[in-house]
Amino acid sequence: MPNVSHFERLPMRAGEQVTVFVEGQALKVDSYDTAAAAVLIAGLVPSRTTPTSGSPRAPYCLMGVCFECLLDIDGVANQQGCMVKVRDGMQIRRQAGARDIHEPRQETAT
Amino acid sequence: MSDRDTTEYCYDLAIIGAGPAGMAAAAEAGQLGLATVLIDEQEEAGGQIYRAIGRAPLADEDVLGSDYYKGRLLLEAMQASHTNYLPGTSVWDVEDDLTMSVSHHGHSRQVRARRLLIATGAQERPVPFAGWTLPGVMTCGAAQVLLKNSALVPPAPLVLAGSGPLLLLIASQLSHAGVPIEAVLDTTPRDNYLRAARYSPGALRNPKLLLKGVGLLRTLKRSGVPHITGVESLRAESGNDDHVDRVCYRRKGIDHKLYCRSLLVHQGVVPNVQLTRALELEHRWHEQQQCWHPHVDVWGETSRAGIFVAGDSSGIAGAQAAEEAGRLSVLQIAKQLGQLEEGECDTRAVPIRRRLGPHQAIRPFLDVLYQPARSFLIPEDDTIVCRCEEITAGELRHIADAGCQGPNQAKAFCRAGMGPCQGRLCGLTVSQVLAERSNQSIDAVGYYHIRPPIKPLTIGELADIAN
Repeated sequence: MPNVSHFERLPMRAGEQVTVFVEGQALKVDSYDTAAAAVLIAGLVPSRTTPTSGSPRAPYCLMGVCFECLLDIDGVANQQGCMVKVRDGMQIRRQAGARDIHEPRQETAT
Repeated sequence: MSDRDTTEYCYDLAIIGAGPAGMAAAAEAGQLGLATVLIDEQEEAGGQIYRAIGRAPLADEDVLGSDYYKGRLLLEAMQASHTNYLPGTSVWDVEDDLTMSVSHHGHSRQVRARRLLIATGAQERPVPFAGWTLPGVMTCGAAQVLLKNSALVPPAPLVLAGSGPLLLLIASQLSHAGVPIEAVLDTTPRDNYLRAARYSPGALRNPKLLLKGVGLLRTLKRSGVPHITGVESLRAESGNDDHVDRVCYRRKGIDHKLYCRSLLVHQGVVPNVQLTRALELEHRWHEQQQCWHPHVDVWGETSRAGIFVAGDSSGIAGAQAAEEAGRLSVLQIAKQLGQLEEGECDTRAVPIRRRLGPHQAIRPFLDVLYQPARSFLIPEDDTIVCRCEEITAGELRHIADAGCQGPNQAKAFCRAGMGPCQGRLCGLTVSQVLAERSNQSIDAVGYYHIRPPIKPLTIGELADIAN
């Protein structure tokens, strides 16, 4: 991740924290954050490449319209990161190009 | 609730969307004794404007301002209404008898109602300009969602660019939160101020909103954030790391450049027409708002009897107008279902319409004042229009010259609108570019045919319905 930029958190009312894994790196986030927010906190930007030309993209609208935040979440590709709330232990990965429907991802021990 | 227990059960009213219109409608329906289901895609009620209002996680309530916290009243009224509220649930199809196919956390089922109220709100208008697909470029609405839902603010250096009330609002909110802003680049065309002036009598009927606008400008000025007006030729460029690095623009004929790590863009909001289009309701072009909206009567009933639309999804008028519109629709629905006498319905509508008046009166002024510059509506050749399939305005002009008649043929010509967003982010621009190039009216060119499922589904979710 060259030249990382992270979203930062303002003071919050007490909430519950959970741990997610962004490209394998553990990250503590608020239990109401979305997977897309976790990606922005982690600085995983770009968070995907397009199937058409491989151009880099990142979350754009955060309200379910643009589908730019497509992520691989717990081994399932093409998920709208802004519409998925984090869960403890969630594995979030970049989505490179189109979803591969031929070879299911190998379960990796965590 | 157990799976598949509702296909036999028929609600009086199904409301789609738990924003201001949907929450107010649910509360009103509860009072009128209608058996109501409120279906919302988000995990928490509030829509985008009152996002996360039930938790309101920001410690400092001054950041978002008091208008946001007004949403608490709507939420409490909805919660007290005995509405069957289904969060995290997307509607992906509606059949002729108003049976809806819905999906919740990967499982589908069907819900039926005698009347349908669509309150799916607005989306931000697409903002095509050179470099708008670069990581680090986001919408102002996106920044606000992150602020409301997660108390998150974007990395510095930060620049905001565009036009409209939300641009100034998010700038003042971020500034209040202590986030340094390099500049607000205002692309509102200078002519707009003159053109809007003749609608000022209507605007004066809503002094509260006008004062709020003036207050925003004053807050920005006091905070020392440069508010640069008359900005043209906006362009975002990347460094060598696939990320926005600078924003370039022209002002009074001189080129300027600002370094930034975050660029928030905005050109107003437009109705979210995905569901109303899929239902093939009659839509009309709104010249002042430069967008389509479903045609509705004074109660919000659409061209299909029994289907109503309330709030910004029937035309942009803001959150407070949306809640009143939701209440009005419910009165008419209750009347149609025999729960309310005609006279009583009309009597109850009077104060609602009185409150609605000022919000509608100020619209022509705001709509004309913040009409996007032409380049954002009909972009230049090298600008990407369809982000999913990476189709530029130039390619659209090329297919128009080759005989493409409209957006639906454009799909076959170049795949515009066929990506995962299902045309949500390019539909308006594709129609406008094709209409201009082929010298047709926007009505003649039309819009994408939106077909169910209107949300992506797994095969498993589809198969659930067959079981």
